[in-house]
Order: sequence, then C-alpha cells, then structure tokens
Amino acid sequence: MPSNEPELVRFIQGNEACVEGALYAGLEFFAGYPITPSSEIMEHLARRLPRRGGKFIQMEDEIASMCAIIGASLTGRKVLTATSGPGFSLMQEALGYAVMAEIPCVIVNVQRGGPSTGLPTQISQGDVNQARWGTHGDHAIIALTASNHQDVFAMTVEAFNMAESYRTPVVLLFDEVVGHMRERMVLPQPGRIALVERLRTSVPEGVDYHPYLPREDGRLPMSDFGGVHRYNVTGLYHDMWGFPSDNPKVVHGLIRHLVDKIENNVDAIARYKSYYLDDARTVLVSYGATARSALHVVESQRRKGQKFGLLELQTLWPFPYDIVGEACGRAKQVLVVEMNLGHICAEVKKALNNPRNVFLINRIDGVFISPTDIRQALRLIDGRGV
Amino acid sequence: MSRTRLVFSGSGGQGVVTAAILLAEAAVLRENLFAVQTQSYGAAARGGATRADVIISESKINYPMVNQPNILVCLTQEAYNKYAPIIRPGGLLLVDTHYVKIERKVEARQRELPMFDTVMEKIGRAVVFNICMLGTLIGLTGLVKPESILAVLQERLPNELIEINRQAFQSGWELAQASTRSPQSR
Repeated sequence: MPSNEPELVRFIQGNEACVEGALYAGLEFFAGYPITPSSEIMEHLARRLPRRGGKFIQMEDEIASMCAIIGASLTGRKVLTATSGPGFSLMQEALGYAVMAEIPCVIVNVQRGGPSTGLPTQISQGDVNQARWGTHGDHAIIALTASNHQDVFAMTVEAFNMAESYRTPVVLLFDEVVGHMRERMVLPQPGRIALVERLRTSVPEGVDYHPYLPREDGRLPMSDFGGVHRYNVTGLYHDMWGFPSDNPKVVHGLIRHLVDKIENNVDAIARYKSYYLDDARTVLVSYGATARSALHVVESQRRKGQKFGLLELQTLWPFPYDIVGEACGRAKQVLVVEMNLGHICAEVKKALNNPRNVFLINRIDGVFISPTDIRQALRLIDGRGV
Repeated sequence: MSRTRLVFSGSGGQGVVTAAILLAEAAVLRENLFAVQTQSYGAAARGGATRADVIISESKINYPMVNQPNILVCLTQEAYNKYAPIIRPGGLLLVDTHYVKIERKVEARQRELPMFDTVMEKIGRAVVFNICMLGTLIGLTGLVKPESILAVLQERLPNELIEINRQAFQSGWELAQASTRSPQSR
C-alpha cells in the first residue's frame, strides 16, 4: 500500500468502498464506460489506479470495456469493469466468453431501475436473474452483494479472490442506495485479508503448455498471454490445447467442468450473515441495501419480544439452497425482502419444503423500501389489514 | 444525543450536499460517532428543491433515509414549502431570512436567521453560504464540536480557501450565539 492513505477510518460512498476493495485486492487494469449510479467507481479509479502503476482506460462502450478486461486478464492482470443495468446488458456476450474461456475478471453492476435505461438514479435489485442467466447457454456464475460499506469492501476483495480461485467472472451486484450513500468504512491494513494471486503454470519456455489441462486438484494454471507460451483461446467448445472441438466427450466434459467447479463449491462460495435466527419464528431473507431496512424491522420486533430473525445473503449465485433451508426450515413464515418482482423469493421457495410459507415483500417504484413498508406488508400477511 | 436526523434543503449549487457531507464526516472521523449521508439525485438536483439527509448516532444505523427530521434546514422558499411539513414535532427548523419567508407555524422551534446576508456583508462571497449555515447549526445544536468541522474543512480544502471558510463558519456560529442570547419569540 502506498503511504498516501492518511486515515484508516474513511467516510465514503459505497462506490468508493468498492474502489478501496479493488485496490486492496491488487487491481491492475480497469476498462469501463461511465453510467449512473456506478460512475464514481470509474471516477476514483481514473485518479488512483495510474498512480500505483495500473492502467485505466475509458472505452467507447460497455462491449469494448468487457472485452478489454478479458484481454488484460489473459496477460496476467487483475481486472475490473463497473457499470449499471444497461451496460451490463451489453456485456453479456463477452461475459459468456469469459465463462467459456475461464478468464478471471470482476464486473460491478450498481443496479438501477430497468428494463432499458429505466430509472438511472434510483434503486432497484432487478438484475439478480440477469447476473445468473444474462448470458446464453448453460453455465454457472458467482454473484456477490453487500448492504454496507465494510461489506462492500470485503465482498470486492472476495470477488477478486474467487475469480482467481475458480477462473471465472465474478459479478458484484450492488445497488444505488449502497453505491451512493456515505458511511464509515475502516480500511484494513495490508495483509489482514488474504489475497489469492494468479495460479501460473510451472511449464517452462520451450515446453508444450496445455491451457485447459487440469492439474490433479482440478485447477488450471495459466500462462500470461503474449509471454513464453503460444496457445489458443476461444469461445467455442475446446480441448486441452484450447482448440475448437465438437467431440461429444470433450463438449460434455467441458460443460460439466464449467458448471461443477462452481456448483460443487457452493458452501465454500457462500457468504451470508445471520441475525437472531436461533429461535426465530419469522425469518426475513434479504440482501443489499434492503437488508438494512429488514434488519431495522427485525431489531425493533425483537425489542417487543417478537421472535424475528434475518438471513442476509451476500452470495446470491450459486444460490446457497442448503444454508437457506437450514436457516428458514423451522420458521412459521419466511419473508423475502427485495426490490424486484421476486428473483430471490423464487429461489427461497425452491429451498424450502413448504413454499406456501414464503412471502415476497417488495417495492418496484424506485423508492427505497422502508421499515414502515415492511411492517405494513407484515400486517397484510398476518391478515390484520393495513 | 442518541440519534439525530437532519435534512438540509435548498437549490442546486447552494452547497447543501457539501454541508451534509462535512457534518457527517466530522461526526465519523473526528468524534467517533456513526453517521450516514444520502442525497436526492436526478432532476430535483438540477434547479428544483434539492435535499441531503444525515443521520448522526451513537449506535449503528441500519435504515439510512430520513423520513421525519429532528432538524430541518431550508435555504430556499421552494425547499421550505416542500419540506416544512415533514419536520418531527419538537424539532428545529432553521431558515435563511434572505431566501425564506415563513408562512405557517410548524410544531417545532423555528429559527429565522440572516445567514446569507451575514456572509455577503462580512465576506462578500456567496460560495461560503453553506459553511455559514453549518456554523449556525452547530452553534444552535452542539451536534459536533466546531473544531471537528474546522478540522475536516482544513483537510479537504486548498490552502487559499481555508480562511474564508473559517470566517464563514465563525460568523454563522456567532449568529447562533447572538440568537440564543435574545431568543426569537416564535
């Protein structure tokens, strides 16, 4: 860390907390195109990344931004782009390429109202399923989120670590309220959070390197593109040399590998926070900014002696069905608080034996859901009217 | 003071957002309190009534928005008309006499002070109006120590601007002191 950090406690926007996390994780290359409500990420990186020897490029659009970070990652760099819903839509094709070619990269989507250009300056969580299925074809993806700046920082570092560990794109799904709000964040000392660095091949120059030949532990060491090895990278199904193949055995093996490397590690990838769940009869499930309103309600209900609890999800994909089942299985009712038409609510229902006890509490009008909104929905669900 | 919710309102360019950030930053960095700051974005921020919200608290803050402020500051008539009804009963309403004419009574302590006129008279530059307002607010409420605000200003501003900001803060603070000595009869 350079010494131009005078304070360890900072008072900053969520978008700046994301920048701090990315720099802490060792970001070396950013390419992006500004869009509300994510622009502060670019703005701060434009100033700070070059100062520490990194590269910052403002591209002509989000398609180019995504392609640029893929190329930079292949050369051995830790890379990031940041956008919002409309830009994230444009990135989907290249995102699929990064999934297929197994290229570590981190994409921030500070969500706003959609579809299309939608509500640029207002909160939504409507991109949860876009992060999961926005790019075509069967695949797996990692998507993380956070409700406060300390966690934005932590999840951003985690995103870089997971991108390297699993050789995959990782999506950070923040939202307008967390992105723009200012609050306290403590910047950890360097070394306090472990960082995962690029796994590079030990194959020396002059010896054939197989870019897609897994080691015994299943991981694929990389060779910096443009370095000592020549190899092919493609979005087509490919063999261990990286050359296109439509051999059914190769195709089946690759799709299973792409999905299993993530879906078989759900427990390792799952990040979440539990509040008062031990004896909770009513469990709220929430994530991102809305988890703040949910926690407000849970704490005030507890003060009245009501057995409320909160499960705050930070890993949205791969969805931690077992953890949700465990946390909610004994509850009388489960209330999913989110700002969309029920993206995570649908997954929570899949996780539980009795999906009829699962209710969606939402707002989809660009107004941040308040504790009062949640309480009113609770009264309706309980049959007590408004 | 366990939790104070503030709304600063005015028109775009008056510096209400900056004032809100400075106050919250002083609370967090200088006094080890919890604070969150949010603001309105979009069309309202360009010309219409704009607002910035701050919550200052001794404990962690979950819900970050302000629905009913304990303290409401209005620097334009439009902002006053729009936000006066949301003040929490028993709260403090601070308005600038140059821009705002109070039209109805709200169930709150009302302070109408010539902050803008004082700035123009003593410093002659409208750009520090918001800092004068902050001085008045701190003088009236003691939310944070004046030194905390001054330290944050010192950290953020280029050297040549520190002095006029310090003067603006000081004159706002004095305005508050004078008004507390001879309370307005509202």
